[in-house]
Amino acid sequence: MAFVKGLMCRECGREYPAEALNVCDYCFGPLEVVYDYATISDVISRERISQGPLSIWRYQDLLPANGDDPVDIMAGYTPLIKARNLGKSLGLRNLYIKNDSVNPSFSFKDRVVSVAATKAVEFEFDTLACASTGNLACSVAAHAARAGIRAVVFIPWDLERGKVIGAAIYGPTMVSVEGTYDEVNRLCSEVADNYPWAFVNINMRPYYAEGSKTLGYEVAEQLGWRIPDHVVIPSASGAMFTKIWKGFNELACLGLLDGVDASSFGPDQNTVHHPAVTTKMHMAQAEGCAPIVTAWANGQPHVSPVRPNTIAKSLAIGNPADGIYAIRVLKESGGSAYAVPEADVVDGIKLLAETEGIFTETAGGVTVSALKNLADSGAIKPDELTVVYITGNGLKTQEAVEDVVNPLSIKPSMGAFEDVISQRIAVGGR
Amino acid sequence: MMGTQRVKFTFMTQLVKEPIIYQLGQNFNLVTNIRRADVREDMGWVVLELDGDETEIQRGLDWVSAIGVRVDPVSGDVIEG
Ligand SMILES: Cc1ncc(COP(=O)(O)O)c(C=O)c1O
Ligand SMILES: [Zn+2]
Repeated sequence: MAFVKGLMCRECGREYPAEALNVCDYCFGPLEVVYDYATISDVISRERISQGPLSIWRYQDLLPANGDDPVDIMAGYTPLIKARNLGKSLGLRNLYIKNDSVNPSFSFKDRVVSVAATKAVEFEFDTLACASTGNLACSVAAHAARAGIRAVVFIPWDLERGKVIGAAIYGPTMVSVEGTYDEVNRLCSEVADNYPWAFVNINMRPYYAEGSKTLGYEVAEQLGWRIPDHVVIPSASGAMFTKIWKGFNELACLGLLDGVDASSFGPDQNTVHHPAVTTKMHMAQAEGCAPIVTAWANGQPHVSPVRPNTIAKSLAIGNPADGIYAIRVLKESGGSAYAVPEADVVDGIKLLAETEGIFTETAGGVTVSALKNLADSGAIKPDELTVVYITGNGLKTQEAVEDVVNPLSIKPSMGAFEDVISQRIAVGGR
Repeated sequence: MMGTQRVKFTFMTQLVKEPIIYQLGQNFNLVTNIRRADVREDMGWVVLELDGDETEIQRGLDWVSAIGVRVDPVSGDVIEG
């Protein structure tokens, strides 16, 4: 049973029923879910959550879809790991990694898509659709398979192999569009207007986006119902960034955090800031597509769209839907935003792999490099509790790091082996 | 065929002073309906709806892009990571 009152426009406050809508008819502003927090606070407790499934659906009271029979391939409840080695190399003693690269379809998108798919089934759609540069396509195809409905995924023709196969394997209708990024965007907006499909990030968007709140809930629960001093988050549309913040604030307002008194949500639930939520929110984007970072750095009141040109394709959103709201969160939390030089992205991937044994994709490389910048600049102090969100898996963007393959090639003889191994050891190599 | 389209225009410096939306209405016979806007000295954006013949809407948007205005869907990019 979902505790949803309806939808509300983030710009003008007009209310709408909880249907398959995403834009306000009057001002074209985005719609957001409104909850019945009074009832939620009567039923929710740490104990109730801890008895729930080991997936995002343990937080079903705070999700906008019916959790009794969700489309669940076990998204979420991913490991939170104390990063001793990475921490040591960065001079941070209290660093944790939220490893969301181990979700069922290998990215955090499973969280948002599980909610969108559940909602699509509730609304009786027979097709789940998206336009994606990879992770979203994989997740939509996987969840549609689980739900037993059709998937239609649009991808740009030049996508990495790991992402194409990672989506195609679930049997969706895959449309590979020969065109620029802008053209794919335009085509898909038009398709969404003309086909009665559940487009996860278009007509399902208000519900879909809420799935990312679970990245906030889980970290708090895994830290023993505490929230970090700092979080570092990769951003594309900016939605996840705003939702993690919302998740922390909801927990605080509901009195679920250690030593924090419950408080009311106020009239605009989506901008509520509980004074006990002192987490500094740090955003990471790649230099080749950093519209939110640029707007933040220049103190602009709005985000100017850019044409993406980055190896971090999963972060390549030139016209971010939630950019302006992400900037509000940056301001409210006293956070920061950093554009990672393109050349540092791969270094970030390698640093994480070599210190912690976690292989992330380019988006994770961006995040680790941003973390390094925050540590080097002293923005994060050595003992502050810091969580870095690793949201996608390295197997999907193998092309970015092909140069790591440098084996000792030998004939099958002991002599040949001893020759090369002694040389390698002599130069201190691995 | 008649149609409507919701778009966001973003424009820089010198274009702020141009009567772009007026010309769009006049030259392409479109009804322009502004829903939200923020226009400053050095840049601005306008969220609006265009009503008219579909080919004229397309021609109008092509003209707007050609003079240097950025045209986007109103609710951000739909293609995602
Ligand atoms: C791996 C990964 N991390 C982060 C993001 C950014 O999420 P958001 O669009 O909510 O900012 C995406 C997708 O957009 C992604 O695929
Ligand atoms: Zn509105």
